[in-house]
Amino acid sequence: MTNSTMKTSSIKTSTIKTSTIKPSTIKSWGNYPSAETEQFFARYIVDVRKHILSNDELIARGQARSYGDSSHANTTLNTTHLNQYINFDQHSGLLTCFAGTTLENILNTFVPKGWTLIITPGTKYVTVAGAIASDVHGKNHHIQGCFSQCIQQITLMLANGELIECSPVKNTELFQATCSGMGLTGVIISATIKLQKTKTSYFSQDTIKAKNIEQALKIFEQKQDSDYHVAWIDCLATGDQLGRSIVMCAKTANKQQLKLHKSAKLNVPMFMPNLTMNRFSIAAFNALYFNKAKDNQNQIVHYESFYYPLDGLKNWNRLYGKNGFVQYQFVVPKQNGLEALTLILEKISNSKQGSCLTVLKELGPENENYLSFPIKGYTLALDFKVSPTIWGLLDELDELVLKYGGKIYLCKDARMSEQTFKQCYPNWTKLQKVREKFGSLQKFNSNQSNRLGLHP
Amino acid sequence: MKTLPTKNVVIIGATSAIAKQVAKKYADSNNQLYLVARNQEQLNIIAQDCQVRTDQGVNTFIADLTDRTQINKMFEDIQDKLSSIDVLLVAHGTLPDQKNCEQDVDQTLRAIAENGLSVINILTIAANILEKQKSGNIAVISSVAGMRGRQSNYVYGCAKSMVSTFLQGLRNRLHKSGVYVTDIKPGFVDTPMTAHIEKKGALWASSEQVGQIIVESIQKNKQTVYAPFFWRYIMLIITSVPEFIFKKLSL
Repeated sequence: MTNSTMKTSSIKTSTIKTSTIKPSTIKSWGNYPSAETEQFFARYIVDVRKHILSNDELIARGQARSYGDSSHANTTLNTTHLNQYINFDQHSGLLTCFAGTTLENILNTFVPKGWTLIITPGTKYVTVAGAIASDVHGKNHHIQGCFSQCIQQITLMLANGELIECSPVKNTELFQATCSGMGLTGVIISATIKLQKTKTSYFSQDTIKAKNIEQALKIFEQKQDSDYHVAWIDCLATGDQLGRSIVMCAKTANKQQLKLHKSAKLNVPMFMPNLTMNRFSIAAFNALYFNKAKDNQNQIVHYESFYYPLDGLKNWNRLYGKNGFVQYQFVVPKQNGLEALTLILEKISNSKQGSCLTVLKELGPENENYLSFPIKGYTLALDFKVSPTIWGLLDELDELVLKYGGKIYLCKDARMSEQTFKQCYPNWTKLQKVREKFGSLQKFNSNQSNRLGLHP
Repeated sequence: MKTLPTKNVVIIGATSAIAKQVAKKYADSNNQLYLVARNQEQLNIIAQDCQVRTDQGVNTFIADLTDRTQINKMFEDIQDKLSSIDVLLVAHGTLPDQKNCEQDVDQTLRAIAENGLSVINILTIAANILEKQKSGNIAVISSVAGMRGRQSNYVYGCAKSMVSTFLQGLRNRLHKSGVYVTDIKPGFVDTPMTAHIEKKGALWASSEQVGQIIVESIQKNKQTVYAPFFWRYIMLIITSVPEFIFKKLSL
């Protein structure tokens, strides 16, 4: 029991009992949608078991960095306090930790010791469990694959409170359902992750401006062998400049220095007025950003600014105002990729509803996990401030993505229809079979899974 | 951080949310740890975590801190295993139910034993060890609740106030021996145990933030530390209200 507890209870009110939990309103990173939930916090494995057994239905929730309603449900089990290391093998680089450990925690401890993550998404503030459940990818996907690629083993708690281990070679189908399974197979308790030895915290980055989308894809083609690549794209540019981009390619730098990231200095302290992000401010930002960028070679940059440019601005999601935003991330196959991207970008630039932070990346081959997002092709991530006019546009984009055989990313999704989902992810039937086999169907459901027709 | 000399850090009540954060930070900077708590299983989890972080040893000891003989054994073990105590953090405590205490002398006295007397027992022994070695930091997590008696928690508050007064005297006594005594007074902290209270507004701090404040305060040999700092001003207001008004408030 902590001292803080005592003060809190005593100062606020003396009548609160720990057993009663009031429903609270939760939101995730997109601040859309919100949900009423009864949220429990797990400190130890026994707590997880207790809440799984005493609730009819629930979903695990970590740092709430998925954008939509993946971790929303009437009952949620917060695992962020389940965040200790269990073991580290200095020879193999295998780290076993509890599932609520964040990637930031891991960097903090291991970068000074000369180890780093092999695969990381665009923010370090996600839990290991969240990264597994969304099977996240990074700027090196075309070479290293998804987060599950560096996962050696997962310990999962099932609906009956039993612990079960799964890995690429043990309970394989459960592993493939859990990696990318959005928490629908059970509560991830711990995982073993492979870290890689490193002598530097720096990247050597090349920046290349592309006049339009065609040129951007050509640069990706030429830079196939670069370890990391990503592009920022101005989705409001039109005509010859449609899809003008700044492509960034990088490899590990030769500069031998291990320096930890600093905590974010800038913060968005409150929700900005809803009008902050409008078509004029966004167009101005995009034009400015594009014109300011210069071609650059072998620039030495720290992993923080390369991996996590947005982590430097705390609570940047508040820029979109209280009503929140939807991040729409899709992938289209490489074949006909240019055609698909051109059509989609035209649609977006015509709608004038573009976003500041549009990211383009080439992805490598898909993996075996049932709901994993990446396929060999191009992915684009766009932010849309929530307003009555975006829903129609997003539905039209869905149609185009489906027409070209693409997919929409579940951890960003807040509005996809059941039909679209089942067309994007034909392996959903395999997931359901595994969930049925392990008794997860009735117990682990989120508002998202209900919307997508995964409820029994 | 690895270039700093290794310290021997003793943390009592190591399974509390704030103490865990402090333990992690000392382990991350490669110090030797000695962790004490009541529950073996829970202590093993945090000890395991620290062992991944530090190359130095992580020792554990299970004790009921209201038992004098167990405290004596603990200090014997500490002196056995550590060459010195460079940092001692006392972080244990329990949450008494004020309403029950009012009807039950046993509960009242137990709350005072757990939150007050046990701390004084530990400090009395530790003070002599640190005085002899002529160095080291003693830090204790007390409470803003000890700064003014209120109807909603004066039993807990009086135990904490006893601790704070004891610390003042100890600081005065140990000053000439080069031992620093830090009294840490946290405000609202977001821990699993306060999960049931709606956390709205800027008054809430995370246990990680408070842990960071504690580590920094010890490093800077601070005396009384409010965590975060603004509680100093909140408590200034609360302690300034005249008693004839205060007694009518339902705080």
